[in-house]
Amino acid sequence: MQTKPEPAVVGDDLIEMSELEVHYELRGGTLSRLLGVGAGTVKAVDGVNVTLRRGEVLGVVGESGSGKTTLGRALLGLAKSTRGTITYRKPRAGGEHPEQVVSKMSARELRELRTDLQMVFQDPHAALNPSMSIETAVGHPLKIHGIASGEELRKRVAAALERVGLSPAEQFMRKYPSDLSGGQKQRAVIARAIILDPEVLVADEPVSMLDASVRAKILQLMLDLKADLGLTYVYITHDLATAKFFCDRIAIMYLGRIVEIGPTDEIFADPKHPYTKALLKAIPEPDPHKVVPRDLPRGEIPDAASPPLGCSFHPRCPEAVAECGWESRDLRNLLEEHWTRQDPSVYESEQGLVGDLGVLDKPQKRVTIGKGADSARVRQLLDRARAENPSEPLWRGVDEVRETEDGVEVVFHKGYDPLLRPSGGVEVACVLYPEPVTPEPARPEDDRHGS
Amino acid sequence: MLTGLISPFRRTSGMARWILVSGLFITGVFIAFALFAPWIAPYDFNQQTVDGVKFDKMAPPDGDHWFGTNDQFYDVLSRVIWGARTAVEVVALSVMFSVVIGVPLGLLSGFVGGWVDRVLVFLMDSLYAMPSLLLAIVFSFLLRGPLGGGIIAAALSLTAIYIPQYYRVVRNTTVSAREATYVEAARAIGAKNGTIMGRYLFGNVIQSVPVIGTLNAADAIGTLAALGFLGLGIQPNEASEWGYDLSRALDDAAAGIWWTTVFPGMAIVLLVTGLTLVGEGLNETVNPALRKRRLRPVQLPPHEPSTYLAEKDDTRFAVGDRETVEKRDER
Ligand SMILES: Nc1ncnc2c1ncn2[C@@H]1O[C@H](COP(=O)(O)OP(=O)(O)O)[C@@H](O)[C@H]1O
Ligand code: SF4
Ligand SMILES: [Mg+2]
Repeated sequence: MQTKPEPAVVGDDLIEMSELEVHYELRGGTLSRLLGVGAGTVKAVDGVNVTLRRGEVLGVVGESGSGKTTLGRALLGLAKSTRGTITYRKPRAGGEHPEQVVSKMSARELRELRTDLQMVFQDPHAALNPSMSIETAVGHPLKIHGIASGEELRKRVAAALERVGLSPAEQFMRKYPSDLSGGQKQRAVIARAIILDPEVLVADEPVSMLDASVRAKILQLMLDLKADLGLTYVYITHDLATAKFFCDRIAIMYLGRIVEIGPTDEIFADPKHPYTKALLKAIPEPDPHKVVPRDLPRGEIPDAASPPLGCSFHPRCPEAVAECGWESRDLRNLLEEHWTRQDPSVYESEQGLVGDLGVLDKPQKRVTIGKGADSARVRQLLDRARAENPSEPLWRGVDEVRETEDGVEVVFHKGYDPLLRPSGGVEVACVLYPEPVTPEPARPEDDRHGS
Repeated sequence: MLTGLISPFRRTSGMARWILVSGLFITGVFIAFALFAPWIAPYDFNQQTVDGVKFDKMAPPDGDHWFGTNDQFYDVLSRVIWGARTAVEVVALSVMFSVVIGVPLGLLSGFVGGWVDRVLVFLMDSLYAMPSLLLAIVFSFLLRGPLGGGIIAAALSLTAIYIPQYYRVVRNTTVSAREATYVEAARAIGAKNGTIMGRYLFGNVIQSVPVIGTLNAADAIGTLAALGFLGLGIQPNEASEWGYDLSRALDDAAAGIWWTTVFPGMAIVLLVTGLTLVGEGLNETVNPALRKRRLRPVQLPPHEPSTYLAEKDDTRFAVGDRETVEKRDER
């Protein structure tokens, strides 16, 4: 890839997101709709605080489903924020920056805002209207905002197309999206985004759906445009490698929250959050001879509709401690994992012993399993599971395993939902930082389940 | 433009192309009748005399009257040709009206959603559930007062039947297209809802309208004839109409007078067939998913009586093998 650009002159605060939340109500089946009960809430973005500075490239990195796209859409007012504010300080000549709160804007003001904030989409093919020629599509923003028409419009479209490398423009103007390659389509999408001369460009995984051969070219084009047009970027990606090349600052997102944010160099030199470390390990090595473990930590991303208690990364976290929010669902996963290693006959008998694991599905801090069964045997089962893998972090979070009249009660340690706190040159949301273990200040662990 | 017109042909082959071409030919002939009726038809549709001499009543086909004359002294050939004009006019108008009403309603309903959508879906579903002839009868009764028994009234009564079809198709396509990224992209550049509907959704949700249009046109011919047959359609003094002629001719058919029924009847059947063929042909090109790929026939192993089983074990095995190979081939 090309050389890393000169560090941009980073200026004043441009956009400030404060306690930003975008929650989607899930609509359940017909019955629950009739009864008027929702099937739950997906917390796509769940309390994000970040300030975008003029001229910087802020990377938003995370696995798929972590809420990156939703965050980008919320910035433009395309996704409605359910709580919190987005404040945009429009730079004006003369140094004054009138504040505009995106989340409070009317439809009309939002349309106006979009001369300043633009978006480049992940799938360039889907982002272009299949029945609109490139000329019309790229020129439409100017037409919609009544900025240009006729010959002037044509000229500006041609200029924008040339600017993004679609030349000769005349040739591309007549074409339809289906006539273009993926890279050319993304160039057209970029042309449409810059034609209004915006301040901020939100680029949602702009190269992830393109052929590897054109990725670097598109990223280079975006860097050139940034330098020429004085843009500020929010660069969304799941790929830390391109983020390293592209970003001044990186925010790592997990399940709707920023878990670590800081200057790119610091993040790469000294990653703090265990999730960041895992992502860094997953970057493919440029040298194909070096074999690197590519897999992310065990387990899948939890369901965003009912995130884990405490730190939502804890079920996958290799460094988790007692305070991380251990709960009943972790016990269920542990038992199920244990059974995958057992003979079917052992599984049958053990499964019969603890009975239905459904009791563990509701997040709880103390649960009783093996109701009605011989509690000594249930306890032995837990001991066997523990002996199998004593270093399993879950056991750090178990305060007590008690035989009671109706089963075995497991009591988990009080957990914390860590806030983003400064540590070194970055901010990180993990009970381990700043060292030593200092859970405070933190939200109560079941805050997400409060309402 | 030209490439747009011939593209349905290029995209089809074999059967589908034949369907389309033959449909277009038949329909084209009737449209030619409709456009040039005054020049093609030997007489006017309500002409009973030529040079002051009255036609014979119910004369069989001969050199002067190729299709004979009917009980009202009219020339059957002329009635058939003028009837094509009536049919094409009524059907074209009704299709136009239902497209003009159904498509925007569907677009709006699908895009806006909420209670507007729910009310419209309910209304349209109820309209759709009603037997179409009954609906047409009710509307022609209602419209006869204000509009008389002319072409417009007939077209409007048919319109009511077909609106729900355009509405449903366009609404459902809009509901899914509304979620497309390009719609979000349009929002992101500051497009208003009207612009999104008109410039981004419209062109993408009307793809199947031509297909529905031609299939509806075929259906409308039948319904119009049925209305005429019941005496509810076009009034005889307004224009020539096949269904009406059929109903008058029915009594004579028993007396061996076949030409007054056969020719209008054939006209109806032919035009309906032609339009249906066009519709099906278009459907195959517009919805490539429906296009069936030609499958190679599966070759079954020859049936062998079970007594040979023991000695012919090897061959059976080989035959079975071949079958699997061929099945795999088809994919
Ligand atoms: N319009 C929506 N309605 C309901 N849930 C949504 C919607 N958009 C996104 N989500 C959910 O929000 C979460 C975050 O999604 P997204 O922002 O697309 O993540 P990313 O871009 O990081 O992959 C996912 O669980 C997704 O299913
Ligand atoms: S708080 Fe830190 S250590 Fe605990 S689970 Fe979360 S990331 Fe891991
Ligand atoms: Mg995404």
